[in-house]
Amino acid sequence: MRGRDDEWTDLMRSANAGDGTAYQRLLRAVTPVLRAGARRGLARAGQPGDQAEDIVQDILLAVHLKRHTWDANAPFAPWLFAVARNKLIDALRRRGRRIFVNIDDFAETLAGEPAAETVPAREVAGHLETLPARQRDVVKSIAVDSASIKATAAKFNMSEGAVRVALHRGLASLASRLRKD
Amino acid sequence: METDQLIRTLAADQNVRSRSVGSVLAMALLCALPISLAGFFAVLGFRPDIMTAMHNPFFDFKFVVTSSLAASAIAVGLHLSRPDASPRGWIWLLLIPLALLGCGVMSEMMMPQSRPWLVRLIGNNSRACTMAIPALALPLLAGALIGLRQGAQARPALAGALAGLMSSGLAATLYASHCTDDSPLFVITWYSLATALVTAIGALAGSKLLRF
Repeated sequence: MRGRDDEWTDLMRSANAGDGTAYQRLLRAVTPVLRAGARRGLARAGQPGDQAEDIVQDILLAVHLKRHTWDANAPFAPWLFAVARNKLIDALRRRGRRIFVNIDDFAETLAGEPAAETVPAREVAGHLETLPARQRDVVKSIAVDSASIKATAAKFNMSEGAVRVALHRGLASLASRLRKD
Repeated sequence: METDQLIRTLAADQNVRSRSVGSVLAMALLCALPISLAGFFAVLGFRPDIMTAMHNPFFDFKFVVTSSLAASAIAVGLHLSRPDASPRGWIWLLLIPLALLGCGVMSEMMMPQSRPWLVRLIGNNSRACTMAIPALALPLLAGALIGLRQGAQARPALAGALAGLMSSGLAATLYASHCTDDSPLFVITWYSLATALVTAIGALAGSKLLRF
């Protein structure tokens, strides 16, 4: 997995330097690995795999909000898997399961593992409805309607700076709501 | 929401630069410090003979111990604010203040003393010490927890305990300038008791507040 890890590290370095395309590519590249790890962890805990996508989204949010704790001189994968493991343990604990997370749930991707069908995630979408109106509108406009920051600002008669702030706060509140339920 | 929609949204949220844990922690502690200082000067204040006390090496030594506790706890706390960090190799830093204190006790034992050791250990301020240090530490503990929330700790209770250690180290540094008991035996007994109390509160609060 040397090549893959190096590629992730390079993408994250570019992302930190402000390259949004690299950041999207990185998140898309890690998602199937996180999904497989979440499934493995759920299976090990005797849980149905249909919550895997919720866990994946929870991990992605945490990766995003905590990315400043990654040391840019270190490889990205160990940091990513540490965040993922933490979120998986959290998810299992919330569902009242005894915690049994193998270190390798995320780190090992079995070659040629079939891409199991995905059950859509519900938690993020559910919490989105409970956000303060302004944050909810902005997040929805960008996430669901695929509007740009600029178009969203025009639509709600806000400055682009205010849209950015509402977006960031909205994502942070989503993460804290996921943690609480 | 589809995962791909979420990814696009996260990528749109790129321009808000997140501050490092170190700078948020420094800021939060600096905001909390005036509260502890105000409490200190309102209720305790410097000991009246502080100018002469400064010539007593055991008075000065208290500050070496308490500030090394704060410094080592801050160093370990910042290290553990990364989710992939392991306490191994770092946690021993916390033994530095204890080792220093041990050396202090030994060197005092080797000197001729006018008062028996048990009298020095019990001192005159044991109750004030065990109450004042936690009271002065509480605002700082809140600041330390707020600062560490910027991190992503894999072990929230341990991180909370470290917040307790840093805040009691800082609070004890303040308190040491008030207290007239300078014997390392007093410090190792009562300061440690107060520190243990604050650390336990920190661990409890951390297990709730420092999950990410």
